[in-house]
Amino acid sequence: MYRGGTGQWAWLLHRLTGVGVLLFLLIHILDTALVLFGPEVYDRVIKLYALPLFRVSEVGLAAAVLYHALNGIRITLIDFFPVLSGRQRELFYGVVVVFALVFVPGAFWMLKPLF
Amino acid sequence: MAELSASGGRARPASGFELYAWLFMRVSGILLLVLALGHLAIMHILNSVEEIDFAFVVARWGNPLWRLYDWLLLMLALVHGLNGLRVMVHDYVRAPGLRVFSLVSVYFLALLFLAVGTLAIVTFHPGAGS
Repeated sequence: MYRGGTGQWAWLLHRLTGVGVLLFLLIHILDTALVLFGPEVYDRVIKLYALPLFRVSEVGLAAAVLYHALNGIRITLIDFFPVLSGRQRELFYGVVVVFALVFVPGAFWMLKPLF
Repeated sequence: MAELSASGGRARPASGFELYAWLFMRVSGILLLVLALGHLAIMHILNSVEEIDFAFVVARWGNPLWRLYDWLLLMLALVHGLNGLRVMVHDYVRAPGLRVFSLVSVYFLALLFLAVGTLAIVTFHPGAGS
């Protein structure tokens, strides 16, 4: 079941980020549905996302989605191309590198209004 | 606990519902790469949370293609996420009664949130709330 090492950490992070994104998704479906109650209600609630606390959380959400997406690509590649299974560790390093390359400028861009 | 494959993902089930669930996670995952990452890029990079308000929704959902995009994202993300939760219930919830309750809750959440999200996307009109 456990293979230890990078595969296990990749798996644990995949589950944790998945649960986190799902929680936000449920909240986000509810806040979006408030459009049905008109501009006053919707704008009052949706403006909360512009508060500094939520802007930092927004970056955390983006990080969770990005990791889950990249590691999901890794899992799917290995599952459909078994020849890659001996390369799962290298693919995980690839996930980490692409994550850093996308996340660092993305986070800077999203947090820029706070500075 | 679900068997893991070499990838650290769930091992491919032999047949039946679990095989389709396993395939769905991978196929919906690929579609969500475009839909979810596209949604993040549009809402958080090209626009920002400061610009998103009722008027923004009116303009965006004025185009039925964006409603279709958002509905596909809603459906795929919700079923993908809740199926992940379902697999975790099977992995972690041992007590039989609590397991049944948890699984029923997962299916209930799926139906409820699909209904609420679909209602918003389909019935929204610019005069909403007035």
